[in-house]
Amino acid sequence: MLRADNVSFSYGGPAAAGLNAPNVVHGVSAEVSKGRVVGILGPNGSGKTTLLRLLSGTRRPSSGEVLLDGTPLHRLSRRAIARRIAVVAQETQLAFDYSVMEMVLMGRHPHLGMFELEGPADVAVARAALRATGTTHLEERQFNTLSGGEKQRVVIAAALTQSSDILLLDEPTASLDLGYQLEVAALVTRLNRDRGVTIAISTHDLNLAASVCQELVMMRDGRVIASGPVAVVLTPDNVRRLYDVHADVRVHAASGHLVVVPVARVAPEP
Amino acid sequence: MNVRRRLAVVVPVFGAITALVLLIAPTLGSTRISLTNVFDTSIPWADNVDAQIFFVARVPRVLAGALVGAALAAAGVVLQALLRNPLATPFTLGVSASAALGAMLAIAFDLDMTVMGAAAVPAASFAGSLVGTAMVYLLATRANKALSTNVLLLAGVTLNTFFSALITFVQYLIDFADWYRTARWLLGNLDVSSFNPILASIPLIGVSFLLFALLPRALNLLTLGEDVAAARGVDIGRAQRIAFLSASFATGAAISLAGPIGFIGVVVPHLVRLLVGSDHRVVLPASILFGAAFLVMCDLIARTVMSPIELPVGIVTAMIGGPVFIWLLLRKS
Repeated sequence: MLRADNVSFSYGGPAAAGLNAPNVVHGVSAEVSKGRVVGILGPNGSGKTTLLRLLSGTRRPSSGEVLLDGTPLHRLSRRAIARRIAVVAQETQLAFDYSVMEMVLMGRHPHLGMFELEGPADVAVARAALRATGTTHLEERQFNTLSGGEKQRVVIAAALTQSSDILLLDEPTASLDLGYQLEVAALVTRLNRDRGVTIAISTHDLNLAASVCQELVMMRDGRVIASGPVAVVLTPDNVRRLYDVHADVRVHAASGHLVVVPVARVAPEP
Repeated sequence: MNVRRRLAVVVPVFGAITALVLLIAPTLGSTRISLTNVFDTSIPWADNVDAQIFFVARVPRVLAGALVGAALAAAGVVLQALLRNPLATPFTLGVSASAALGAMLAIAFDLDMTVMGAAAVPAASFAGSLVGTAMVYLLATRANKALSTNVLLLAGVTLNTFFSALITFVQYLIDFADWYRTARWLLGNLDVSSFNPILASIPLIGVSFLLFALLPRALNLLTLGEDVAAARGVDIGRAQRIAFLSASFATGAAISLAGPIGFIGVVVPHLVRLLVGSDHRVVLPASILFGAAFLVMCDLIARTVMSPIELPVGIVTAMIGGPVFIWLLLRKS
């Protein structure tokens, strides 16, 4: 289980702290329970990405702690964390051209010794990840020649190759068209259901969150305004507090999950 | 092809090419020499001109070329990955200009004594490179505890400009004979004429190569971005520090041996990537081998193309490297 305990964070580091750099995350507590899919929801700039970085240990909170099964992340080495937690970043830009297989095999990094090269067992893990993401046919392609949706799935495959039990996805559908959005959503559901991967996914897409998540953490201006099971917290009231939007929330008969239909922009609450 | 098989093909092939170049290069030059005479021990050394040319002029020069080429090519590979920019060179981060300033000062003050067995100009140049490296490093780590590659780049470029201005200033003040020496030094030259400077630089370059060996997989991940690398389990602060310091050290050692020979550090890694792909576990050893062969070949051209005049090798590498650099730039945009 991964838990953020009253964490705060501001960019700028210790030198800037004296200048009162604004916190982008204030006193946030959130929990990603084993085997669950947790959505971190909020408008742009609400601190979702920063919270994910704190949860993955790539940034250290200025106060509070992130605990992985009770151990503070900062006590663990980067390698040890990477064997438990994998991250799919919002965008991956390559300075040099790697093939899809090379990209995916880089996920084995935390499992290899200093001078060890990947062996057949590592390649097998990578191939399984390519199969799970439906990208087997892309294995020989150069990553930079792929479409946005293909890239995103390959990046997810690279994260799966890390063989970690927790997967953090940062806005995985933000730059994808509807078809790819559905594919990624289906992939998240499959990974959770079939492989038991614990998943946290940041998004501003309420309907995506409603379709794949079991629990939600709603963030605005760096604070959590609501959290809990989807059916409990995904309410018109909370949507309004989150986005200043009046919305209809109802169960969609065909899909069986909640859908949010934005109706009108409203004035922010005082 | 997986990395094991690629290494099993690339290292022997590049190794064989490099070995061949290193064996042939000393036999060629502006003066024709007889190899039978060179290895004929019945001729006294003082009378054996062929052996003198071979062992005093050519072999040290070829070895210096191999060492400098390997060091600059490897430093280029490491810095390009660190800065995530295929156009970065070993001279981008301020090391070259500070090393050059060290050499300029030694020449200007006519320091001709030897410092701990090393000649004054190379020693001053290496000291200068250490000062420049330390300044850039302190600037880049001052803002926050981690090394910022953006600040690293800005600090390096700024210090390069500043030290270049100081070099011009020193050159303006010195007399003509010294000015000529500084100008020749700045062109880059492998004519070391003895084994001593090579022996002095082998441990320095050797240490950087040992540090390079720790890096390749971390470099692969760093080129995907710092956050991605960290999430995959790379201790990025450590990897970036080792990368910057070892590359700077190798560059400083290479410059103190042969002056600032340009373009090797960007042309060689790029050609190697075209041939073997981008995996740094293959690119780094291949660049070390190919860098050695490439600079020795450039120097062979420099020694023979206008025979009996021997050009400084920096002119040849620049004439080959300039167009390649422009082609790279156009291809990238």
